[in-house]
Amino acid sequence: MAKERLLTCIVCPRGCQMKVTLSDDGKPTAVEGNFCKRGATYANDECTNPKRTVTSTVRCKSGDVVSVKTDRTVPKGKMLEVMVEINSVLADDNVKIGDIIIENVCDTGANVVATSNH
Amino acid sequence: MKKDLVIIGGGPAGMAAAVAAHEAGVRDILILERDNALGGILRQCIHNGFGLHRFGEELTGPEYAYRYEKMVGELGIPYMLDTMVIEVSPDRVITAMNRENGIFTIEAGAVILAMGCRERPKGALNIAGHRPAGIFTAGTAQKFVNMKGYMPGKSVVILGSGDIGLIMARRMTLEGASVKAVCELMPYSGGLARNIEQCLNDFNIPLRLSHTVVNIHGRERLEGVTIARVDENRRPIKESEEYIPCDTLLLSCGLIPENELTKGAGITLDRVTGGASVNGERETAIEGIFACGNVLHVHDLVDYVSEESAIAGNAAAKYLQGKSNKEISVSLKTDGRVRYTVPQRLTEIANTSVYFRVADVYRDARIVVRDGDKVIISKKKQRLAPAEMEKVELTAEMISALSGGELSFSIEM
Amino acid sequence: MFEFAVIGAGVVGGMVARELTKYTSSVCILEKGSDVALGATRANSAIVHAGYDAAVGSLKARMNVRGSKMMAGVCRDLGVKYKNNGSLVVGFNDEDEQTLISLCERGKINGVDGVRVIYRDEILALEPNIGDEVTVALHAPTGAIVCPYELCMASVGNAMDNGATLRTSFEVKKIEKAEDGYKLSSDDDFILAKWVINCAGVYSDEVSAMAGDASFTVRPRRGEYMLLDREVGDHISHTVFRCPSKMGKGVLVTPTVDGNLLVGPTAEDIDDKEDTKTTAEGLAKVRAFASAQVARIDFSKVITSFTGLRATGSTGDFIINMPRPHFLNVAGIESPGLSSAPAIAEYVLSLLFDAGYEAEARADFNGTRRPMHFFSSLSVEEKNALIKERPEYAHVICRCETITEGEILDAIRTNPRPTDVDGIKRRTRASMGRCQGGFCTPYIIDLLAQEMGVDYTAVTKFGGNSYINFGKTK
Repeated sequence: MAKERLLTCIVCPRGCQMKVTLSDDGKPTAVEGNFCKRGATYANDECTNPKRTVTSTVRCKSGDVVSVKTDRTVPKGKMLEVMVEINSVLADDNVKIGDIIIENVCDTGANVVATSNH
Repeated sequence: MKKDLVIIGGGPAGMAAAVAAHEAGVRDILILERDNALGGILRQCIHNGFGLHRFGEELTGPEYAYRYEKMVGELGIPYMLDTMVIEVSPDRVITAMNRENGIFTIEAGAVILAMGCRERPKGALNIAGHRPAGIFTAGTAQKFVNMKGYMPGKSVVILGSGDIGLIMARRMTLEGASVKAVCELMPYSGGLARNIEQCLNDFNIPLRLSHTVVNIHGRERLEGVTIARVDENRRPIKESEEYIPCDTLLLSCGLIPENELTKGAGITLDRVTGGASVNGERETAIEGIFACGNVLHVHDLVDYVSEESAIAGNAAAKYLQGKSNKEISVSLKTDGRVRYTVPQRLTEIANTSVYFRVADVYRDARIVVRDGDKVIISKKKQRLAPAEMEKVELTAEMISALSGGELSFSIEM
Repeated sequence: MFEFAVIGAGVVGGMVARELTKYTSSVCILEKGSDVALGATRANSAIVHAGYDAAVGSLKARMNVRGSKMMAGVCRDLGVKYKNNGSLVVGFNDEDEQTLISLCERGKINGVDGVRVIYRDEILALEPNIGDEVTVALHAPTGAIVCPYELCMASVGNAMDNGATLRTSFEVKKIEKAEDGYKLSSDDDFILAKWVINCAGVYSDEVSAMAGDASFTVRPRRGEYMLLDREVGDHISHTVFRCPSKMGKGVLVTPTVDGNLLVGPTAEDIDDKEDTKTTAEGLAKVRAFASAQVARIDFSKVITSFTGLRATGSTGDFIINMPRPHFLNVAGIESPGLSSAPAIAEYVLSLLFDAGYEAEARADFNGTRRPMHFFSSLSVEEKNALIKERPEYAHVICRCETITEGEILDAIRTNPRPTDVDGIKRRTRASMGRCQGGFCTPYIIDLLAQEMGVDYTAVTKFGGNSYINFGKTK
């Protein structure tokens, strides 16, 4: 018998309640309740390899902090690992919005970039 | 000093209004901002989730603010930072102060109020117990963590499931704190479903619906809180009391539009929204004074703040250009399930988006708009919730065809 | 060796210390808290009682009536906000009317000016929002309001400006006779003084016992209050008390000098001298009583609630005496202690002179002080002149109360100097408004850290372990 999983979509503020049908080996075979295609993609990812954007701050040399994000999603299970990296770097004081602070953080393919000007 | 248009507040609302007014032809604009940079509260909202509607991509708060800051810069719209407005008079004389000019006045042709909102403080909640350090509104904690780089707590309980509280649950966790629980007085969350998912569920933080904090322990720094389940009348049930040790209590119990200047100008406030009552152009009861953004009503998404502020900016331009057109007088009525509408009245025949919030969670309901007995809009909704702002579009045709001076908004099952 | 040690920096200790500095600068004020005005002075009804309440012939009655008459002048000298708003004691029935008539008689005997009993129409003319069931009231036109901690800070500050020393976080644990006076020890320090004046509030019995006089006790009486937004501060203009009856004393509903509305207190005798928690029952009681006395109070405008502890002595009257040579008790100063404080200070001096203290009034004593809130009372021109010189007066830190960086820096640099966020709050009103510090606390910490030369995380809410931040995020 097919298994089902209920999900709240986090792609946009609409927060669609979705029902994903899973095959015996846990692969999604159908998604219901999504308003748009991005919801289906999210549901598929969420059932196979859930991903999140990480946002935080990094310390600058001056002692202030500047806000950062991963420029693409990273595996959900790696969020805390990414945080360890983020916490260990020291950014330049002239960092500008969009500057890459950490390249390919934790081998996720995502860069940590500044989201504000210091 | 004289200015055609003065905008009070340089957050997302003020900047969007300024940009729209400029695009509509107003050149003599001045934005007054009390903080040391444009951007308002978005500067400390470093999480993502902004801009999908407005820019078609997901941005963090500072990035969203920067988009507008760039437009303001490129259009050459002047602004003053660290400038506090003390008073707005009904005839649009603004008294403000800053280091360079001391206390000064500006005679404005039109004014847009865009002061935003503030959080409901602890005192308003009247929780019993001591008054130790370690109790903050979620926004204050957000400022400490995201802007100042300090940790206001290590083990945290959050009261109220508003979005800022949910976002801070995740932020505190990522920064190394342990979030013990989020308590919500109501049987439903005050925040968006996606935030419950990605801010609480992702980190196994329990959401305790129908729970509140009944006692605060600790004399110097907070040592713990007693929480309890509440009955259907929101009264705590003694037998359900539970002690949670924690050093920090964050409050996310609602936002209040910051309307002291509005009241000072003699503009009466809508009792439900806490903001001015406005027409479709976001003009208050005083001609030439407009309001937009969270000072008018608390929005769920900044994208809608921008949208609304553009309306106010355009309308202020029309007013300054002598093109305002008050051709009708229609008031928008609500049934209680619809708690309020913004605008509260219509004075012009034009396509108009009406925003509102509902009083409770309703499933499989219809949003119905009536002109007398005649249904002019009936829109099916799977789920309506107080946390989310709803919108219906009235077309110019609908408005010009109205038979009376009233439109009623209701939720029907 | 100090001439005088004053134990306790509440409003009584502050007024006594200031009075002493009229004769000598050798005064040391010892305070166990991190700041002045942290005991009963911090949280009370902020009322200058007219004086009809205290028993005829009691020390309380004498001190109250005299203090009440002195208060306006003291406040003027010290730049402390004071308002003679008058008070009403309201009654609901014939029995209350009888009580009020006898209270009125007592007031006249105690020397209170202008007291009289009035009825509903006249009450309504004075207070349109008076409770629906109120039929009769005692009107005391000399009743007034004052900010108790402002008066305390100003008197301690003025004493310091005249040479007194303030030692905070100095909890007197031991009192020993020393040659030519006393040795007062804390856990890790001591001072010597020829005279000791015990103004230790709820702890004054314990301090007295340290000196060998355990003839009385002081019990804390807990009172819970709610403070409402200035938006509703003009709901009434008089201080409205309830006529004492078998229903209890009721609460008071009063405007404050800062324009808020204050309601409370409950009255509960407890044993724990630090138990300043609020309770759901207490606040509910305050609400119920207040609503009977004054109609249509908008309790959705409550911005904070708090509990104060009154120092209730076992004798029923103020305990002001000298049980040991050169050791004075000023104990059991419960209500009307605030009203009486200036008179108590004067009386203490007379006791000292009677006991052989000899001194000439100092020619260099300056009894005046710049008001803590002077900036807000300036004209626009005056403000602008000041801003030109010191631009920080144009930088608003607290938005709700419009308190500027200049005012906060002044407070940090003025005696008695605050060292924590609550200290700034009591001195400037910054963070006391409707957002309760939500916006400005992070900035106030910046200013304190910078002025005191300490780390951001070292700044506390009110001393001790009341840390606000634990450390850096990374």
